[in-house]
Amino acid sequence: MQAFKPELLATAGSMEELERVIRAGANAVEIGDDRWGMRLSGSFAPAEMREALAIARGLGAKVYVNVNNLLDNRQVEELPDYLKQLERLQVDAVIFGDPAVLMVMREHGIRLRLHWGAEMTSTNSATAMYWAARGVQRVIAARELNLEEIHSFKRNISIELQVQVHGATNIYHSRRRLVQSYLDHLGKERTGTGRDRGLYLVEHERPELRLPVFEDMNGTHIMSPDDICLLEVLDELLQEPINSLKVEGLLKTAAYNETVVRSYRQAIDAWCQDPAGYRFNPEWLEAIRELQDPHRELSFGFMFKEQVY
Amino acid sequence: MPTTTVNSIRIRQQHLRKLARPELLAPAGSLEKLKFAVHYGADAVYIGGQKYGLRSNADNFSFDEMDEGVRFARKYGAKVFVTTNIYAHEEDLDGIGEYLKTLREIGIDAIISADPAVFHVAQREVPELEVHLSTQQSVLNWKAVQFWKEQGIPRIVLAREVSLDDIILIKRKVDVEIEAFIHGAMCSSYSGRCVLSNHFTDRDSNRGGCSQSCRWKYDLYAPGDGVPDDMLASDVPVFDEDDDPFTMGSRDLAMIGHMPELIEAGIDSFKIEGRMRSIHYVASVVYAYRQAIDAYMESPDTYTLNPEWVEEIHKAANRPLNTGFFLGEPGAGNLIYGPEEKAAPFDFAGQVLGYDPSEGVAVVQQRSYFRVGQEIEFFGPQGVRFRQVISDMRNESGEQVSAARHPLEKLYVKVNGPVQPMDMLRKRSGRANG
Repeated sequence: MQAFKPELLATAGSMEELERVIRAGANAVEIGDDRWGMRLSGSFAPAEMREALAIARGLGAKVYVNVNNLLDNRQVEELPDYLKQLERLQVDAVIFGDPAVLMVMREHGIRLRLHWGAEMTSTNSATAMYWAARGVQRVIAARELNLEEIHSFKRNISIELQVQVHGATNIYHSRRRLVQSYLDHLGKERTGTGRDRGLYLVEHERPELRLPVFEDMNGTHIMSPDDICLLEVLDELLQEPINSLKVEGLLKTAAYNETVVRSYRQAIDAWCQDPAGYRFNPEWLEAIRELQDPHRELSFGFMFKEQVY
Repeated sequence: MPTTTVNSIRIRQQHLRKLARPELLAPAGSLEKLKFAVHYGADAVYIGGQKYGLRSNADNFSFDEMDEGVRFARKYGAKVFVTTNIYAHEEDLDGIGEYLKTLREIGIDAIISADPAVFHVAQREVPELEVHLSTQQSVLNWKAVQFWKEQGIPRIVLAREVSLDDIILIKRKVDVEIEAFIHGAMCSSYSGRCVLSNHFTDRDSNRGGCSQSCRWKYDLYAPGDGVPDDMLASDVPVFDEDDDPFTMGSRDLAMIGHMPELIEAGIDSFKIEGRMRSIHYVASVVYAYRQAIDAYMESPDTYTLNPEWVEEIHKAANRPLNTGFFLGEPGAGNLIYGPEEKAAPFDFAGQVLGYDPSEGVAVVQQRSYFRVGQEIEFFGPQGVRFRQVISDMRNESGEQVSAARHPLEKLYVKVNGPVQPMDMLRKRSGRANG
């Protein structure tokens, strides 16, 4: 009997990557424009978005558009036009964090399916239901939650829950240009500091950890030193019907992301086929390990941790 | 800022402040700090209780301490807010209602909260307890402010990433109380958007476990000439051996030099950061801003920045200062490269408990070592401000002593001028021998 089937969602930073991850088994893709979405692997202008939607639809996948930036006063003036464009394109959902999005939608009568994600701050079911009462249909869980918390979260909401199962996570976001400031302080040239530069930080007491860092129009972003990989514990995660499992493709190649999606696709299909008899196949993980950056561990993130405060 | 600019702000922003007078809001990390903050001129203080707050430490107020704090503040007509500003996890959800009801019974005026899981309970179950939206929500734009106002929130604490122009626009667009930080430590990240502590030390930054990892030292590297995932590529440090390491640590905010613009912009509440800071810091900083605000409100057209106020700020400052995002985009000059904290130039030496005018003797409670022959500064909120060398000091038994050695001991000190209870004694730091 077909068990509940979670959605496999992957980010895409280019048309090529979009097609590859869908063909590898993603049910949905997440794309966006750097002005409106934070930490995308690539930016889609409106014309490109139309094409992306056509390709995705043709392959039977959904498209979610990331509008989760923290918006300033200038950006909110242009937000109505952008959201209207997304409405005309009939994107499958918009991901937001800033409540200005809700205000603008209401004022202009714009109808879009809403996914609420506020990075580290979407931490509990009560808050998710607060946003549900305001029109949200899916909540994107913070990555710093453990398994019990995620399960409790899911049990206590009547809307969809999305969990990141693979890839880097953002651990620090500043509006300041900290890399440029450092280069200025050293009296060095302001060389490229963007996501393609491969810059990283090493904390003095933790030399084995590399923290990717990059700047863009939205400030400075520091990413986790390791990659979440819940492939081996998917069956544990799916003890509650988590609606969507997300593969974060930022700072990875399309080839890597395609491989990751393929592995999760196989695991999810096997589990759905026969949850009771499910057996993890190490080859799924091996395929990913072969392409994994040797300086980045695959970890369970916070899934099995107890934090203190 | 030139007077013409202040005037042009005033003309545009007339009557936009909702409070009759701007509120000076001070941090109170303990009951004693609350008393000093209020006594030195704060219109309101914010404190942390033992649950739901972002400063997890032993000094957080018990309900009894809150009660005493509220009664003390009331005598001065000051308000008390409690921070309930965590982002809650599932395990934190039970008991919120109970806690908030107790706050209301004690007479707490408002909670400062970020997570709807917390403040929505207040709105539903304890509606007389005002909700102020925390800076942890990183509110930057007027539409978001409008949204929160419509959710029934009477005051929004803005993100520190807003500029003065942003605040002016927000006040024009939305009729709601606006609170802004004007002094103290700054997160260099968007508040709430940093989990460095979680990753480095398993301490949850959004529930009080912040380890201030942004102030640690880092090195910046670029990939070598090989492809990024070639482990044999030698990566290139983006610094030379003697260079300062990379840092995210921000200078402390200090807007004492810009009060006219901030007042005219219509900001309702001026917030000082610093629940972890000393009594000396709180008293000095509150005093400085109190003087500036009162002087401006009294006579805006003849207002000048008094160098004494700036001096007060510097006496308590242990980090370099900056104006954050208020007046332009911050750059290298707003960060702290090189060694982090230096000690503040002045330390808290004692507190005045009483004064005998006939003898010219102050009763002083020792707070740190000082001695006869050392220069001490007496300082208080009602204009006491003089220096003298300690010449004559006796203990409770009436014996002459050469130094104040014991914490909290009572001493009788001959003073050159009148002093009042809760006036402070300051000494230069690190120079115990004067």
